[in-house]
Amino acid sequence: MDDLSANRRVGWVLGLPPTAWLLVFFLVPLGLIWVLSFGEKRGIVDIAITWTFDNYQRALDPLYLQIFAKSFWFAGITTAVCLLVAFPIALAITFATPRWKPILLLLTILPFWTNLLIRTYALIAVLRTRGYVNFTLEWLWEKADALLVLVGLGHLQLLGERFEPVELLYNNFAVVFGLVYVHLPFMVLPLYAALDRLDRSYIEASLDLGASQFRTFASVVVPLALPGIVSGVIITFIPALGSFLTPDLLGGTDSQMIANVIERQFKSANDWPFGAALSFLLMYITFFALALRAMASRGRSAMEAA
Amino acid sequence: MIRLWPRREPPGPLDYGRRAWLRLTLLATFVFLYAPIVTLVAFSFNDSRRNIVWRGFTWKYYERALENDGLITAFANSLTIALVSTLVSTVLGAMVAVLLWRFRFRLKTVYEGAMSLPIVIPEICMGVAMLAFFARVQWPSGLAWPLNLGAITIAHVSFSFPFVAVVVRARLASFNRDLEEAARDLGASEWQVFRDILIPHMRPGLVAGALLAFTLSLDDFVITFFTSGPDTVTFPVKVYSMVRFSVTPEVNAASTVLIVITIALTTVALMLQSRGEAKGG
Repeated sequence: MDDLSANRRVGWVLGLPPTAWLLVFFLVPLGLIWVLSFGEKRGIVDIAITWTFDNYQRALDPLYLQIFAKSFWFAGITTAVCLLVAFPIALAITFATPRWKPILLLLTILPFWTNLLIRTYALIAVLRTRGYVNFTLEWLWEKADALLVLVGLGHLQLLGERFEPVELLYNNFAVVFGLVYVHLPFMVLPLYAALDRLDRSYIEASLDLGASQFRTFASVVVPLALPGIVSGVIITFIPALGSFLTPDLLGGTDSQMIANVIERQFKSANDWPFGAALSFLLMYITFFALALRAMASRGRSAMEAA
Repeated sequence: MIRLWPRREPPGPLDYGRRAWLRLTLLATFVFLYAPIVTLVAFSFNDSRRNIVWRGFTWKYYERALENDGLITAFANSLTIALVSTLVSTVLGAMVAVLLWRFRFRLKTVYEGAMSLPIVIPEICMGVAMLAFFARVQWPSGLAWPLNLGAITIAHVSFSFPFVAVVVRARLASFNRDLEEAARDLGASEWQVFRDILIPHMRPGLVAGALLAFTLSLDDFVITFFTSGPDTVTFPVKVYSMVRFSVTPEVNAASTVLIVITIALTTVALMLQSRGEAKGG
């Protein structure tokens, strides 16, 4: 690697355009939001920057605290479900035959390439009252009802008079379901990376010494894969926390997350300073989570060095 | 004794892939991941508005999507934005990659951190930042096509080029600097080395990065949602407004087209990348 001071001309030519772009079209807009978050709304479009902390204080209002709590709760459940589902998947991929491994990996990544909006829309078609899930349930209901009639219990109407579609959409369940659907690959890949690196002789040794599969899993596999687990948890949690589209399209009025509140401040509610403050709070949380991840991976390299 | 069938061994202790419960979990998960998308694609060919029962194959909804002027305009907008933003972000991303790969300088970690910000910050934050920025600088609106797409294109470049930089930098890691030395010893100028030695080596990374930038731009909804105006609707934004109203076969058809394009592009990118890895080293 060369020292930049030895070759300033090349450094300028290479560095100036992208640095200027990042500065003007990314850091300045972000800085603008930061400044706005200390502003006061004076009119429909007038915002006075008074360096007040009111917007941040307003975010501590129980109404908004509750939305933050709800977002954390949704993202937390999503992460937990993803971890539970992704661990066996990652394990199966790690120990698959060489022929199957790339196929399984590809199958895991492929949904990533499909547009998020379209995947969410696909879920609407599955979950709505006239969707495939309810359609299947209705079919099962009819069969079960016919069976009851056949055995002479039809007049009791044990299953109710008519089939009642289950409300699967526009509620908290739909949001968490959608978040898991979208974020599952985020969890599988880091887990797979960690499990694939794992030295199998540890597992063999544990099994040879008489530990059960479960004990081996709990006291050998999980501790060794811990950095991957931490990484997967954070990589899943961060985007889930900031989700906009999933709660917007699948959620009901009481399943809004932080991003939806931010959007409303910038669009219909037209309170940019408050929206800006919420954005920065969300960003600080993101940075905090990323710092945790960096610390975890530093801990791992320190452990390996020791 | 000759066996007609090789006896199936019970799974060994490490044969997790052959355990029934793991196979079932795998199967169930992939059904969960794919069933919604597959049904969406299948029902775009279904000859029934109700979208539930199969009534026979038809291209009807594709034809109707083609006749939908708003959809076609949005699609043309998306392609134009994606093309321009890909060109700009590939060049900018390659510059960052070479800069970070070749030089050490003070505060490099800070610089790298700033460069990865567009990748890590929540999309919604970047969206509102772009909205506020273009409102503040009073970006001209109502320009003639395609100049009216400027704001969206700029936003797309901002979130794409750091991704390109990551891809190209990974490719540069396999570059043998002796080649550069040799060229220099033989009298090549800085520019000649760059053009004749470095760029050919970077090519697979450049193509992969460009395709990534293209798909990112084509797929983006959240950031575009905040930078687009009534006259500058992109394909995902249009699909969003259609989805909000109802689930219709036309939306299925339009979505299928987008899925096919992205998957085709990404496959090409992956193939190029693996071929590049096999060739270079």
